[in-house]
Amino acid sequence: MMSQPSLADQPMVQMRGMSKSFGHHAVLRDINLTVERSEVVCLIGPSGSGKSTLLRCINFLETYESGEVRVEGRLVGYTDGPHRRRMGGRALRDIRRGIGMVFQHFNLWPHMTALGNVAEALVRVRGLKQAEANQRALDMLTRVGLTDKANAYPSRLSGGQQQRVAIARSLAMEPRLMLFDEPTSALDPELVGEVLQVMRDLAAEGMTMMVVTHEMGFAASVADRVAFLDEGHIVEYGPPRQVLHESAEPRVRQFLQTYHERNSF
Amino acid sequence: MDWALYLHYGPSLASGFLVTLLCWFAGGAVGIVLGFVVAVLARLPSPPLRWLLRGYVEAVRGTPFLVQLYLLYDGGPAIGLRLEATQTGIVALGIYGSAYFAEIFRGGFNAVPRGQVEAASSLGMTPPAIMRRIRLPVMLVAIVPALTNMMIILSKETVVLSIITVPELMYQMQSMAAETFATFETILAMALLYWLMVELVARLGRSVERRVTAFMTGVA
Repeated sequence: MMSQPSLADQPMVQMRGMSKSFGHHAVLRDINLTVERSEVVCLIGPSGSGKSTLLRCINFLETYESGEVRVEGRLVGYTDGPHRRRMGGRALRDIRRGIGMVFQHFNLWPHMTALGNVAEALVRVRGLKQAEANQRALDMLTRVGLTDKANAYPSRLSGGQQQRVAIARSLAMEPRLMLFDEPTSALDPELVGEVLQVMRDLAAEGMTMMVVTHEMGFAASVADRVAFLDEGHIVEYGPPRQVLHESAEPRVRQFLQTYHERNSF
Repeated sequence: MDWALYLHYGPSLASGFLVTLLCWFAGGAVGIVLGFVVAVLARLPSPPLRWLLRGYVEAVRGTPFLVQLYLLYDGGPAIGLRLEATQTGIVALGIYGSAYFAEIFRGGFNAVPRGQVEAASSLGMTPPAIMRRIRLPVMLVAIVPALTNMMIILSKETVVLSIITVPELMYQMQSMAAETFATFETILAMALLYWLMVELVARLGRSVERRVTAFMTGVA
């Protein structure tokens, strides 16, 4: 058997010529994107531009038809070879275990406490004993500042607290990559800050992150690179300064112009 | 009003009541299990299987319970199925209930927010674990009232079993009425006993509902 190149040599995420459509509607067209270890990449662009779909292809919550999505060198969702077939459930779960995902609407399980939400996958996926899982879950909740909410059900938590629990739930699995799908879009404005702070801390610790967001301030100050999507294309990909301030692309300038107007008063 | 009648027919009414309870609970249990299996199988990505199960549900829902009961009791032996009256009654109630329970479970599965399942998938949980730990508990909350309701409906369908000589409450009542001509006493006892039975289950249902929805109000 040929020796595999070490995982550490591979980019964290590599998409090559990736396309996806819903029926006749092409949502992603020829996506090429590389994310290195410890990089923070923000995906911005208008609604319906394909940002969220792109993110969801990385852990195969969405299928894609052509091209490649690789995470640490492993092809996601399909067997690697000339005749590609759907990947088996076990192999896919193995890839997903290394990727954390945070959703716009938190998606906490309503019948479990904050602690239960965080401990669940540790028991079911990582095979920890319930007591160990609970201890680890408590550590994670402490990390996002919610020690005192461990026994609260999601219905008793604010949106910001729920999203921090959701982040803790992902982090508990020790992912090597974190995907954030509009993590602050469903929050009251005054709760956005607490979630962004947790994300800033995570970035500072060297976590590789891909963030779909409308928070331009976060993108400008935390991202290593910013991708601007429009109609399923990556129109521009580069350092935040280049994309947010120096872009020559009319579509990018127009989008940021309306963004500025909306946020000035 | 002749109270002494109740003393005399007490034992046979009590035994009828127990048989009714047996048919009801056993039939309900068969119905819930069968309905759940139908609902789960119908989710598999196989169109022929889905049509088959759809046909089963429609056929059972589309025909009167009495007809199904006769089919099973009189037609059963023709296909080598020999059951006693009570056994037939339980199986028939189970099949009848399963179609409705399957629909309740189907609705329940659809009521589980997709994102909650995606969150579990993204963490690497297996489909059986997601079913047991996420889908089932979340949907149960949504369907407890419908399950209780269906159980109450089944409780009253048990009277039909008297026609195939299952010695349940209705059957015993008919004997009492036929032997004594005390129609009023018989009907009064019958109404009270069925109502008592239904009330018990309705209360049980409400208490289960309170327990499983406790997290919504944050009272653990």
